[in-house]
Amino acid sequence: MTLPTKRFSIETTALVKEFGTFRAVDGLDLKIEEGKIVGLLGPNGAGKTTTIQMLLDIITPTSGSIKIFGKELHAHKQEILSQVNFSSPYVALPSNLTVFENLVTFARLYGVKNPKQKVKEVATFFKVDHLLSRMTASLSTGQGTRVNLAKAFINDPMLLLLDEPTASLDPDIRDQTLKMLKQIQKERGVSILYTSHDMNEIEILCDHVIFINKGKIREEGTPDELIKKFGHKDLNEVFISIAREE
Amino acid sequence: MKSVQRIQALVMRHLYVYVRSVPRLMDVFFWPVMDILILGFLSVYLNSINTGGGLNFLALLLGGSILWQIVDRSQNAISTYFLEDVWYRNFINIFITPLTWTEFFVAGAILSIIRVVIVAIILTVISLLLYHFSIFYFGSALPIYFINLFLFGFVLAVFISAIIIRFGSSAQVLAFGMAILVQPVSAVYYPVSALPIVFQYIAKAIPVSYVFEAMRKVTNGGVLSTSDWLIPLGLNLFYLIIVSFFFVAMVKKIKIMGKLLKIQD
Repeated sequence: MTLPTKRFSIETTALVKEFGTFRAVDGLDLKIEEGKIVGLLGPNGAGKTTTIQMLLDIITPTSGSIKIFGKELHAHKQEILSQVNFSSPYVALPSNLTVFENLVTFARLYGVKNPKQKVKEVATFFKVDHLLSRMTASLSTGQGTRVNLAKAFINDPMLLLLDEPTASLDPDIRDQTLKMLKQIQKERGVSILYTSHDMNEIEILCDHVIFINKGKIREEGTPDELIKKFGHKDLNEVFISIAREE
Repeated sequence: MKSVQRIQALVMRHLYVYVRSVPRLMDVFFWPVMDILILGFLSVYLNSINTGGGLNFLALLLGGSILWQIVDRSQNAISTYFLEDVWYRNFINIFITPLTWTEFFVAGAILSIIRVVIVAIILTVISLLLYHFSIFYFGSALPIYFINLFLFGFVLAVFISAIIIRFGSSAQVLAFGMAILVQPVSAVYYPVSALPIVFQYIAKAIPVSYVFEAMRKVTNGGVLSTSDWLIPLGLNLFYLIIVSFFFVAMVKKIKIMGKLLKIQD
């Protein structure tokens, strides 16, 4: 009897990114299993954002390869990007458009069939349907985050890259957002690569955690495995231990 | 089909803003209207003191001004279109979609044509009402002028976009000044021969100088020859290829430098 082969949404091999003499990512072999929520953790400057930007083809790697859905990113860029999406509070949607105009624009950019219907669908799911006619500039931080997430799901992505999506949210909105993400993962089997500095939400949300520091993978496993391995009481202490390693 | 949908997305995204924003609409019409008011009245005055006749200042100055607006407005429209997503920090959201640069600039060109045509109609109406001058004075040559003038504006806009990609939004001053920079050697209001010899060589490398020379030829009763439109078209296509390669090279460079996201800062 053969064991079922694991399928990976993301597979990087010996991925390196150098900026002059500084090596931001140092031979990263990253594997993200299909349908899992994976936390990419590390201190500031660890290489998380550079890695995400290489996965989105915003930054060109110095060397190494990136495969998404088993295909080379560079050679199949358009096909891959149509099934990927990204959200970060540091990248805004145009504030001079209404929420509907923003969402329908992205639905069309991703080639979604029946874009207006899709906008209503994601807006209802993320509870922003009552905001569709509002100008994006007039949204609160929490509303803006949910609209950003609605945009991130507009193309029913198979892979979602979320860079600190809950930063600056109040605990209530953050809790609701995490529940929505968990629900989507279960219902649609989407793979999510998630970065956050909030270890509590990582413990709640992630199936698997990868700690990187100085551009290299330092530890990986489920949150429970890592807590046991380090003999700490929570992931926050694990984070501190790894971040302070020489 | 999806390519058409993506182009439609960008065209619509910008039309949403224009339809709603009075300052944006003002930006489209204000400068061209001011230009033809000043040059129109100047032309009327010069015609009135040009008692000997022989020169049609309305055709030379006002006609030149209206045609120049095609270069200026098309360049401005595409540059503003490019900068819009930089200003609103939406650049990365756009370029992590399957959108290609070709689709991006095709959408920009469509928006630019819409803007230029609307401006041209308004200027034509104003010049007819105030000065009894019609741009159709240039007859069947007008479409040839339009294509070459628009193409040159497009080439300038792609060049400016490449510079902004490489050097960030601090280089955006070019978006509003580039056309003015080339205007003195474009022979809009005077012939190339009026320029100092060094500038004459530069003018000969500027496609639109041939268009304005041809405009003067037609105004003086001459007939448009094949070279009058073939040379500027050839030059425009040559520059279009060059700036396209330049743009792609700048994108590659900035992706290696890891600073694509930083152009928003």
